[in-house]
Parts: sequence; structure tokens; C-alpha cells
Amino acid sequence: MLVLENVHTHYGKIEALHGVSVEVKRGEIVSLIGANGAGKTTLLMTVCGNPQACSGRVLLEGRDITREPTAQIMRSGIAIVPEGRRVFSGLTVEENLHMGGFFNTKSEIRESLDHVYHLFPRLKEREQQRAGTMSGGEQQMLAIGRALMSKPRMIILDEPSLGLAPLIIQQIFEIIGQLREEGITVFLVEQNAHQALGLADRGYVLETGRIRLHDTGKNLLNNPEVREAYLGG
Amino acid sequence: MAAENIKHAFFCAVITLIIAYPILGLNLIPSGAVVSLEGADGSTIAAIIAAAVVVFLFQLFRDSIMARLGFLSRVNPLSGREPMPQHKRARLESWLLTGIIVLALFWPFFVSRGSVDLATLVLIYIMLALGLNVVVGLAGLLDLGYVAFYAVGAYTFALLSQYTGISFWMSLPIGACLAALFGLVLGFPVLRLRGDYLAIVTLGFGEIIRILLNNWTHLTGGPNGIGGIPEPTLFGMEFGRRIKEEGNTSFHETFGIAYASEHKVIFLYLIALVLAVITALVIRRFMRMPVGRAWEALREDEIAARSLGLSRTAVKLSAFTIGAFFAGFAGTVFASKQGFISPESFVFLESAIILAIVVLGGMGSQIGVILAAIAVTILPELAREFSDYRMLVFGAAMVLMMVWRPQGLLPMRRIHIELKDQG
Repeated sequence: MLVLENVHTHYGKIEALHGVSVEVKRGEIVSLIGANGAGKTTLLMTVCGNPQACSGRVLLEGRDITREPTAQIMRSGIAIVPEGRRVFSGLTVEENLHMGGFFNTKSEIRESLDHVYHLFPRLKEREQQRAGTMSGGEQQMLAIGRALMSKPRMIILDEPSLGLAPLIIQQIFEIIGQLREEGITVFLVEQNAHQALGLADRGYVLETGRIRLHDTGKNLLNNPEVREAYLGG
Repeated sequence: MAAENIKHAFFCAVITLIIAYPILGLNLIPSGAVVSLEGADGSTIAAIIAAAVVVFLFQLFRDSIMARLGFLSRVNPLSGREPMPQHKRARLESWLLTGIIVLALFWPFFVSRGSVDLATLVLIYIMLALGLNVVVGLAGLLDLGYVAFYAVGAYTFALLSQYTGISFWMSLPIGACLAALFGLVLGFPVLRLRGDYLAIVTLGFGEIIRILLNNWTHLTGGPNGIGGIPEPTLFGMEFGRRIKEEGNTSFHETFGIAYASEHKVIFLYLIALVLAVITALVIRRFMRMPVGRAWEALREDEIAARSLGLSRTAVKLSAFTIGAFFAGFAGTVFASKQGFISPESFVFLESAIILAIVVLGGMGSQIGVILAAIAVTILPELAREFSDYRMLVFGAAMVLMMVWRPQGLLPMRRIHIELKDQG
């Protein structure tokens, strides 16, 4: 589904990714964990083409998207839930969701709207409320719902658990599991390694711009190195 | 608490004195070449001091006075009412607007020539503010050089009529499209800029256009400007006493009525009115179309908008282009109304005033912006009684407005429901 081959990314003169290779297969949940500054978000941004990789290739469903503009990449069956939610705080929940289905027809939007409200009944209750007035958990639900509005085949989540209460995190991860049942491929980037690896089919550990480890989610959870570095021993 | 109150009340009283004394008390007396300043007479000073004392006392006992007055809100029968349902309010609004437009159509026939002239100016500002509202209010791109597009529209008409003799009606679309083209051209270099940086670049662009017009003497006449810009015609009928162009007839002769100079003013007013209504309707339409929502999304959060596949380039350029288009519209009408234009009319202050209208009206709100355009244009006229201090009054009104209603006169309406407490 999504393949990164030996990707190098620079911010000006500084190289943030030193040849990263990651593969996400169709229908999988793949988690990417790593400490602050390891390059997790940079990796995601490279997938979205902002900044573009300066060498290596990014393939989406076999198509080379390395040099494509962001807008075009984001319209080809892939959706991202950006770090820190980034809902449109002045717009209502409904308007936010409509923005998610910007390039779809009206009937498609209605369909995906029903689907999103089914996944997150809380959003239905808040339909006419401004997104900025909702709690963090609700905003995260909205951000995921908005990403789902374009009917993506693959969804990328950047730190969905950031700043949320444990109970809400639990809910969010349950929903992510549900997305897999629906056949959506999930690429999850998390600092919350325990949750992320517990759910994932496979996982990657990123350290200072390089992939350090790569294994199934379960194996990584039991890996002494990972336990030491990310799970508090 | 009490000490705080006294301090606050004293401060208010001093401010009252500072503001009231120069406005009411001081008079500028011109005597020959020199202007001398004359102090106020005794009764005025007494009145000012009395006013300061009243302000002091009110501020001192404000809490208890307001508590007493608190019951008034309960007496008000309208206070507890439910807000009007959405569709009802929308219908009422559209009826009200239609009524106002019909009134505006007939209004100039009953008032003086001066007020019709002023109203035309108001309408031009309404067009400008509605256009800038797209750029600043909806797309959230701070544009300090908006007057450049206004100048492009005005100069296009002036130059075309001077060199090729093209009429107002032909120039109107040409001027607007040329201004839109300039908007597009300005859009490209500023695509990556945001906030302060964008503001500075657009400010520079506005100045470049003005300085270009000022110095390109053999084409634009430089600071001397361009005169003799023709008035619009109505199906080939001119409004002057004598016909200027061959093949045209004159309005008063065709209809067999006596010549009156008011006809021309009223006709210009009606053109401005129709164009302003068209501007409002077209932009309203845009706001409801996907591109309108894309502008708002970009204003709210650029990264999120891009993550949804919106192209930053297309969205920003469309906002700049459409905003500039209507400035070109307004510019053409302005050139025709004045009959003479020079770079003097397109200074930075104009950009600032248009921006002030948008901010005062409430960013993104069309009705708010229209009301603010009326207020900002007419207020300095009404404040003529304060003669030398009218700009001070105007400035004070703006400051107060921003303190009390930072969201603008009528902020952009969004549906929202307030939850009643369940307890």
C-alpha cells in the first residue's frame, strides 16, 4: 500500500531522515514509535510531500508520489489526522466534517457523514457546536472523523493520544481497531508505545532519523531494548 | 476594592477632562496669516468640570448603581425570548434587504445633490470593503495594499478613455479583469507568506503601484493626474447639457424634460447601487460555494486544510483575484464619478480605511461590512460640527468600538446552540 524506500529528507542543510525504509501492507495497522525528535512527524510529512524527500522513493499503491504536490497526494485515497488535531475551531462539527469530504459528491458526503456519526455518536450530539469549544477527546474524534470523510483506503494518524485522558485514549484506540475491520489500512505514529504496539500488526522503531528495529507488534512489546527505552523497563 | 474604585473613578474623570476640554473648549481663531488658540469661556469650563464630576461619581458608585439597574433587564419583555429560528431569520433578513434596496433606488429623487454624491461614495466603499472582505475576512490574508487594485481599475478606465475613447460600460469589465490579473500576479510571490510578512509585501505592492503612477509621467500624467474622464451613458444618452461625443443623444432631450445637473449624479448613484448589489450577491454566492468554504478552512488552519487535499496555491490565488476584481469595479466607478484621478486618491490611508471598515464590520460578515462602510464614510461628515476635532472623534469612536466589540459590528454568523442548564 505505502512503501518508503531509502528516504532521505532535509530541512535546509540538516538531514532529518537518513535513509528510512518502511512498508505498510494493505489492511494492516503499522505503528511507528520513537522519542521526541526522532523524525516521526518528518517521515509523515515526507509521505505528504511537504517537505519532499530529496532522495529515495515513496510509493502509494505502486505509484511513485515522491515528487507529487501535497494537494494531489492527499486526494488519492490517503488521509492524515495531523498532530495536535487541528480541527477548524471556528466552524461547527458538521462543517468540519463537510470540509473532509471536500472533493466528494453530495451523496458520498451524506453517506460518509452517517458512517462517521455511527462511529462517533458523540459527534452527532455536537453537530452544531463549534469545534473549538469541544474537549480534546471530542476534537480528536472530529479530526479522525474528518479524515474518514474522504473515504480513504489508508489513514495516517499522528499522535492521536497526545494530551488525552487514559480513558479517551482507550476509546480512540478501539476506534482505530474498528477501522482495520472495515478494511482501512492504518499507519499510526505514537509516543504512547505500549498502546500503539499492542494494537499494531507490525511496528517500526525510529531513532534519530534511522529505523532501529522492525518486528511484529507483539515481539517489539517483549523486546528488552524497546521495553528499556520506551516502556519504562 | 474601595481604593481601587476611587483610583479608577479618578482616572475616568481625568480622561473626561482631557478629551472634553480641547473639543469643547479650545477654539482656533484665524487672524490674518497666523492662527491663535483661544481658551474656553467660563460657562463651558464649568460644564466640563461638572461632567467630570458626574463621571467620577458614577464610576465611584458604579457597582451599586448597576446592581440597582439590574432589575431593568428583568422588566424587559424581550430578554428571555428564544432566538428566532434559523430559516425564519434568514427569510426576514432577505425581505429586509430587498426593502432597503428598493428604498435606496427611490431615495435619491427626494434628497439633495450633496447627499446623493456622498451616498455614491459610500457605495464605492461598500464595493471595496466587500472585495477586501474576501481576502482578509474570509481567506484570512492580511492585505495592506488593496488600494492598488482600486487604482488599477480607475487608471484603466481613465487611460482607455483618454487614448482609445472606450466608454464606461466597456471599461468596467476590462478594468475589473485587469485588476484581477494584478491580484493574480501579486498572489504568486506571496503564496508562501503569512501574517506580518504578507502584510508588508502587500503594503509594498500598493506603494509600488502608486509610485509608478506618480512617475510614469508621459503615460499617466504623473502627479497631475488624468482629467476629463467621461461619465457613463445610458444606451448612448449623455447626461451633460451638451453632447460631447458624436452619435450620442442627450438624456434630457430624449425624454423632453428640462436639463438638470442632478440627473447625472443620480444616474451615477444608481449605477454604483446596482454594481454594489451585484458585488454583494456574487460574493455571497462564492461564500456558499466550495471555494468559499476552502477560504475559511485556509484561514482557520492552513495545515489542516492542506491535509485535506486543498491546494494552497489555488485557494489563495482565487481569493486575491476575486478581491481585486471588485476593487477594479469600484475603481472604474470612482474614476467616472470624479472625472479626474491622480495618485493622491490611492494612498496608503485608503487601504487602511478599507481595512478598518472590514475589521469594524466584523470579518467575513457581509451585512456588518456594509454597515461599517456606511458608518465610516458618513461619520466624518456628521462630525463636521466638531470641525478640527472630527478626526479625533472618528479615531476615538474606532478605539471604543474595538474595546467593546472586538468581533465587529455584526460578526459573521455561525449557527450555534447554547445549552440551557439542566439544573
